[in-house]
Formats: sequence, C-alpha cells, structure tokens
Amino acid sequence: MIKLLLRNSKEKIIYGLIISSALITMGILFWIFIFIVMNGMPHLNLQFIFSNYSGEETGIFPMIINTLMVIGITIIIAVPIGISTAIYLVEYAKNGRVVNVIRFSVELLAGIPSIIYGLFGMVFFVTILNFNWSILSGTLTLSIMILPTIIRTTEEALISVPKEYREGSLSLGASKIRTIMKVVLPSAQSGILTGIILGMGRISGETAAIYLTAGMVPRIARGILESGRTLSVHMYLLAKEGISFEEAYATATILLLLTLILNIMAKILSRNQES
Amino acid sequence: MESRNVIEIDNLNLFYGDFQALEDINIEIERNKVTALIGPSGCGKSTFLRTLNRMNDLIENTIVKGDVILDGVDIYKEINLLDLRKRVGMVFQKPNPFPMSIYENVAYGPKAHGVKNKAILDKIVEENLKKAALWDEVKNRLDKSAMGLSGGQQQRLCIARALAVEPEIILMDEPTASLDPIATLKIEELINELKKKYSIIIVTHSMQQAGRISDKTAFFLMGEIIEYSDTTKLFSNPQKKKTEDYITGRFG
Ligand SMILES: Nc1ncnc2c1ncn2[C@@H]1O[C@H](COP(=O)(O)OP(=O)(O)OP(=O)(O)O)[C@@H](O)[C@H]1O
Ligand SMILES: [Mg+2]
Repeated sequence: MIKLLLRNSKEKIIYGLIISSALITMGILFWIFIFIVMNGMPHLNLQFIFSNYSGEETGIFPMIINTLMVIGITIIIAVPIGISTAIYLVEYAKNGRVVNVIRFSVELLAGIPSIIYGLFGMVFFVTILNFNWSILSGTLTLSIMILPTIIRTTEEALISVPKEYREGSLSLGASKIRTIMKVVLPSAQSGILTGIILGMGRISGETAAIYLTAGMVPRIARGILESGRTLSVHMYLLAKEGISFEEAYATATILLLLTLILNIMAKILSRNQES
Repeated sequence: MESRNVIEIDNLNLFYGDFQALEDINIEIERNKVTALIGPSGCGKSTFLRTLNRMNDLIENTIVKGDVILDGVDIYKEINLLDLRKRVGMVFQKPNPFPMSIYENVAYGPKAHGVKNKAILDKIVEENLKKAALWDEVKNRLDKSAMGLSGGQQQRLCIARALAVEPEIILMDEPTASLDPIATLKIEELINELKKKYSIIIVTHSMQQAGRISDKTAFFLMGEIIEYSDTTKLFSNPQKKKTEDYITGRFG
C-alpha cells in the first residue's frame, strides 16, 4: 500500500516536472514575443516601414529590401548546389569513402557557429577575392552556411519517395536522370520546399555572418557589389550603439513577423506532404 | 517467320552477394502465351522475373551468370538497357501509379521514348486505356490524379502505362495480390485478352489463378525450376513428386 502510494507520488512528481518544463518553455517564448511586440507596436507605422534611413528619416525600408534581396540571392546560390548534392548522395553515390567524407563535412558545416562563417567570409570573399563588404560577399557566405540545412532536408525528402515510383519509371525504359527529374523530385517537392523555407528563416535572422561580410550601409544596395544593411544588422546596431531602443523593438517586430510567416509556410507545406 | 520462343534461358544463375537465389535455370518462354510461375514464398519467382528486364541490376552486389536470349539477342550483353525495358514491360504487386494525372501516367513512357506530339500522345493514352479496360471509367477525368482511383483501377492504369510503350513481353509479379475478387476477375479477363498480342509471364500464389489464365506453368522451389509444362498437364498429371506435393497443398 505504502509502496504503491510512493510509486504513485513518484510518477506524479515526474509528470509534474515534465508539464512544468513544457509550460516554462512556452511561457518564455510567449513572454519574449509579447514583450517585443508590445515595445515595438507604439513605434510601428507606415512611415517607419516605408521611409529611408537618412537625415531626419529613421525608416527601415532599405533594410527590408536588403533583407529580401539577401534572402533571394542566397537561395538562388545555395538551392541548386544543395539539391544537386543531395541527389548525388541519395540517388547515385554508393556507400563509399567519398560519401562518408561529404556527409561528415555536411554535419561539420551544420555545427559551426555563424560568426566563424562571418570571419571566413570576411577573409576570403571580402579581402582575398576583393568583393569588399557587399551583398555578394554576404550572400556567398550565407549560402555556405545554409547548405547543410538544404542538403539534409532534401536528402530526407528524397529518401521518403517510395522506391516503387523509381522502379515504375525505370521499368518503362525511362533513364535514371529522367526518373529523378520527372518522378522523384516532384514527389519530394514539398519536403524540399520546407527545407528552403527553413533556410530562408535562418538567413533573415542571421546577424554575425552578414554583418562581417555585407557591411552596414543603410541604403538599398543598387548592385550586388554594394554594401547593404539587413534588418537584423540594423537592429543590432540600433541596440548596441544605444541609438534608439524604440526603433530596435519596432524592427524586431517586423523581423519576428517575417520569421513567423516563413515558419507557418513551412508548417503548411510539411503538412501537405504528409497527406 | 518469328520463332516460337520469345525468350530462351540457358544456365541462369543469380547471386545476391553470397546467397544463390537462382540455380541452373533453363527455360523457354513461348510467344503470345501466358506463362505462370508458381512456388512457395522465397523460392525465387520475383528474382527470376526481374532478371528478364534487368531490374535486379538496381540491387547492389547482384551477380548474374548464364544467357538470357530475347529474340536471338543476349539481354545482358548485346542490348541497350533502356531498349530492353521498353520491350519487356512490368506490372508490380502493389499498384504503383505515379502521383500525377491519369493522362500523364500513361503518357509517361511514350514521352520518355521521345514522343512529343500532343495529338499522338492523346491517341496513345486513349488506345491503351481502352486496351486495359479502363477507358470508360476514367475518360471524363483524365486530368485528375491517379491516386484517387481504386486499387483495381490503379492496377489497370499500371497495365495501360506498361502497354503504352509497346512492349512485346509483359512481366506481372502477383498483379492481383492486393485486389478484391471482382477487381482480380477483371485483371484476369484482361490478361486473356492481352495474350493475343503480347507474351505474358505472371507470378501468382493462387493455383486456381494459374489454372484459369495460363497456358504454361513453371514450378519453382529453392531457386530451381522443378517442373515446366503445359498448365493442364502440370496440374492434372505432375511428373515430379515435389510438384505434386505442392499443388495438392502438402507443403509450402
Ligand atoms: N535484394 C536481395 N538481397 C538479398 N537476398 C534477396 C534479395 N531479394 C530477394 N532475396 C532472397 O532471394 C530469395 C528469392 O526471393 P524472391 O523475392 O525472388 O522470392 P519469391 O519467390 O518472389 O517470393 P514471394 O512469393 O514471397 O514473393 C529469397 O530467399 C530472398 O530472401
Ligand atoms: Mg515475389
């Protein structure tokens, strides 16, 4: 009887611990969210979103455009390389040494802190290749950074395509490359898209790597060889230099919104894939 | 004059790594006949079937020895793999339509072999859906996803898809194993119709089915062909003790 009671109470304690951890996690998340939005909202208006950052104006429009540009170009560079690598790993490579080396590199790349990418980009793209602080240096650096995300999600999406599809196509006399392009990739589409969107989320929030490579000129970059400040870098500068915490919060709110949209899109897509 | 045999197999041995799955197979498959392959689970029926369109090439460490001659040509030495698979079609145990429209499923093979003209593709799609006895059921929803069809319809779609590349031989690996009796009957009727123009090799676990639809039957056991003869003869008057034991249900 006492034993039973003891066991029961032990289970209850563990259960309680689990529940409270979950609640704490959720609570902290919500608190951060609400804290930022509450502080950001008062300063948020169309004027702030759509005006420049110069002289009297303290708008974030150039940063929004730069951020979107950085996201777009990084995706254009990283996605083809990432998808090709994943196709090679899943569809072509026999489990040999080359594959192990590639897999290991991908794991390694995924675990490196972003400031290291930034440092590398600054030395290699900015200085050695002489691209200066520019959108080009920034997006090349970020491309390397998000490659592991793209490769891994694409790999998973490809692996989950039933082998019956591949056999069906090959048995009709279709070539391997046709099978991959016409049957396998379309079937893996939503999984791959989810990976791309997650990658976009990482890019939009990245600060260290882009700050060290794309610089911080608060104007719309008019070419990829120009420097351009992104939202996250802007926020960092506003806060660090103590220029305006109000503006920092308002910028953070916009950034949060962008990340939220990207995450919801990823959720919807992965749900589509399951059905 | 076409010879009577469409495939002649000489001393075929197949190894999955160290494991020998087929042993000294010698068999001649007759043209425009239905040949049934029967035998207990794991005896090598699917493996044998997949040597005929070289699907086993996809499995690592598979070694094939011996000759598989299709119309006088050794398919492991003298023919382009894609041409071979165009001539030797396959229908799988589990219906495996592609996740695309009904139309695109049937047009997939012809497109892979270079047909681009829309009018010609339309014609191919219609013709082959008719051959597979599916046209009337799907003609108003050709652009709908094939995944929305019933299992039996999906399997007939897969047959139409295979027919669309104009094969000479159709390999079927337990094509009705996942279907209900009515859908099964439809496929069997279809096979009877198809054998006028195609040579069909079908793996089945149902001896009734083999009896109903096949002209010749081969009995496999542990990677060997124990007996091969006319279906009626094999079932009514088996020559080997092992065959008799199997068809009377004494084992397997
Ligand atoms: N990829 C593979 N690697 C190794 N062994 C295999 C492989 N595929 C099949 N085998 C083995 O080869 C033997 C023959 O298999 P196969 O699938 O041809 O049998 P089957 O007669 O079609 O059986 P079933 O009636 O269950 O479909 C079995 O012992 C099986 O375990
Ligand atoms: Mg089998």
